[in-house]
Amino acid sequence: MDLLEYQGKLLFARHGVPVPEGRPAGTVEEALAAADEIGYPCVVKAQVQIGGRGKLGGIRMAKDRDEARDHATAILGMDIRGFTVHEVWVERASEIAAEYYASIVFDRSARAPLVMLSTRGGMDIEQVAEEDPGAIAQLHVDPLLGFQDFHGRRLAFEARVDGDLVRPIGELLARLYDAFIAEEALLVEVNPLIVTPEREVRALDAKVTLDDNSLFRHPDNAALRNVSGEDPQEQMARERGLIYVKLDGDIGILGNGAGLVMSTLDVVAQAGGRPANFLDAGGGAKAEAITSAVEVILSNPKVKAVLFNIFGGITRGDEVARGLIEAFHQINPTVPFVVRLDGTNDEEGRRLLAEANLPNVHTAATMNAAAERVVELARGAMAEASA
Amino acid sequence: MSVVVDAGTRLCVAGITGREGSFHTANNRRYGTNVVAGVTPGKGGQEADGVPVFDTFHAAVQETGANTAMVFVPPRFAADSILEAQDAGIETIVTITEGIPAHDELRVCAHLGRNPRVRLIGPNCPGVLSPGKANVGIIPAAFFREGNVGVVSRSGTLTYQIGNELAQRGLGNSSIVGIGGDPVPGSTFVDILELFEADEETELIVMAGEIGGDAEEQAAAYIADHVSKPVVGYIAGFTAPPGKTMGHAGAIVSGSQGTAAAKAEALERAGVRVGRTPTEVADFAVERAGGEATNTG
Repeated sequence: MDLLEYQGKLLFARHGVPVPEGRPAGTVEEALAAADEIGYPCVVKAQVQIGGRGKLGGIRMAKDRDEARDHATAILGMDIRGFTVHEVWVERASEIAAEYYASIVFDRSARAPLVMLSTRGGMDIEQVAEEDPGAIAQLHVDPLLGFQDFHGRRLAFEARVDGDLVRPIGELLARLYDAFIAEEALLVEVNPLIVTPEREVRALDAKVTLDDNSLFRHPDNAALRNVSGEDPQEQMARERGLIYVKLDGDIGILGNGAGLVMSTLDVVAQAGGRPANFLDAGGGAKAEAITSAVEVILSNPKVKAVLFNIFGGITRGDEVARGLIEAFHQINPTVPFVVRLDGTNDEEGRRLLAEANLPNVHTAATMNAAAERVVELARGAMAEASA
Repeated sequence: MSVVVDAGTRLCVAGITGREGSFHTANNRRYGTNVVAGVTPGKGGQEADGVPVFDTFHAAVQETGANTAMVFVPPRFAADSILEAQDAGIETIVTITEGIPAHDELRVCAHLGRNPRVRLIGPNCPGVLSPGKANVGIIPAAFFREGNVGVVSRSGTLTYQIGNELAQRGLGNSSIVGIGGDPVPGSTFVDILELFEADEETELIVMAGEIGGDAEEQAAAYIADHVSKPVVGYIAGFTAPPGKTMGHAGAIVSGSQGTAAAKAEALERAGVRVGRTPTEVADFAVERAGGEATNTG
């Protein structure tokens, strides 16, 4: 789960990572009250889960009350790359002498958190990583030992921060590591991490990704989920425990297991089709989950045909068949389905489907044949619609 | 020979009395896997389908000589169960459970890493099948036969798909190892490639990866330097949209954004033939194995 900037900053503050004073606001009045309390000049920042908001006018400096009103009015409700701004964060303006970069991320291959620090923060850290990887100091922390003072010193010296900042930067990284561990984050990133003319360090931005699997231990964090930024179909899928990503095409896809679903998208694309979604019904999906999944897929009006590609291990073919049959009873779909079913209890599943004799449900023996068939059917539906 | 599990496997199942645990334990037993014990705290002394149940892994190991664990407990208890199995002296731990908190995995892997004799497969994996010898996990064994192709994969269902296509072409398997797709896997491609390289029965290796992370790039580097056997690869996710990335930091770690194209290139540079569909992978495997395709369907 990705947090909004201000949610990340409030999380940082709880763990002692210095952040500029600020308040969230959902209306112009709230934004003005926040600005009055913080004082001027202040900055009004759009809260959306997409990068590049600064260049699109989503971050504006207000030197007085009138400007704060103008900016809050302009930014609230604004569209930033398809995301509507429902909240702003009003923050005390910071003077910036230097922009650094700091982050902690899970490193799969090292099986340890990787801490990174660079004095070349700001917008183009990816470019720095590509052109001058040596400018980003990195080290792994043994998760059973935790972040030690020497880790902070080593990163600070290797990133060549000014001598007077070695201690405060080390301290900030230690607090950031505390936040990463205590909140069970997958990523914490500060870009820019600023140095003020008074030689203080502060997190001017916050990017935090929390681990969905651990939210049961963090009910306060679980409540932060930003549903307004979510696609309605993706939201519907998540509430039903399905992993769904909406795509541009017209062939609905359901499979079990992320790898097989991705592979199915590839094979459908190679057969000349365009997938409308990625949907992983997950391991051990029961009939109800399959019924829900059909509902989610068909809630996208662009879908002209649907492909079920199931190779069951923990998922049982009979459950998939029951779910599809129930979906036909409940929703009565009008688009054709192609079903390819192999694995645990596949014969039982195929028998149930044959007995149910659902209208417009086709079976295919292999993944490639299923992909070709569904592409044909989607084309047929298109031809019919245009005829 | 085979890797990870074989005829000498004496399996103890954590979560044997649960719905999924009991269903798949029964499947594993029917296949011939020697399931010697189950562990469910509070149910010690009972039997699950004829298998003695113990309160602790320690009691199970002491009473039955269990040498392999399969963990099937719910996510919030899984890390504890893995650590208990290791503490009781079990050296092969196969964890099927999906949805374990990433920081739990981090601590578990850091701890297990201090004892190189302990091998964790998973979490969030389908387990390991050595055809004709033992099946530990949820791989539908009926689709695989004995043979000389070692398969290692990050995705469970994709593993079945590829294994099934190999079987249709007359190729069997030494072992099929699902390493799982979690942020912190207990075993990586490199760990399993090392086992297959040393395994006499394995003549050809098929590895199936997917987008994200850099495990496939690491595998490519390892293959170039250490693997003499032919390797055929597959990467899922060529048409996946550049979805929710983990910020800039993810890209910095992998160096290549973890795209399917970058992974396929890295493997091809290391001499691995990479198929664009599971079917093509099976065809390449047949060519590399020098055999005839018995069924091209």
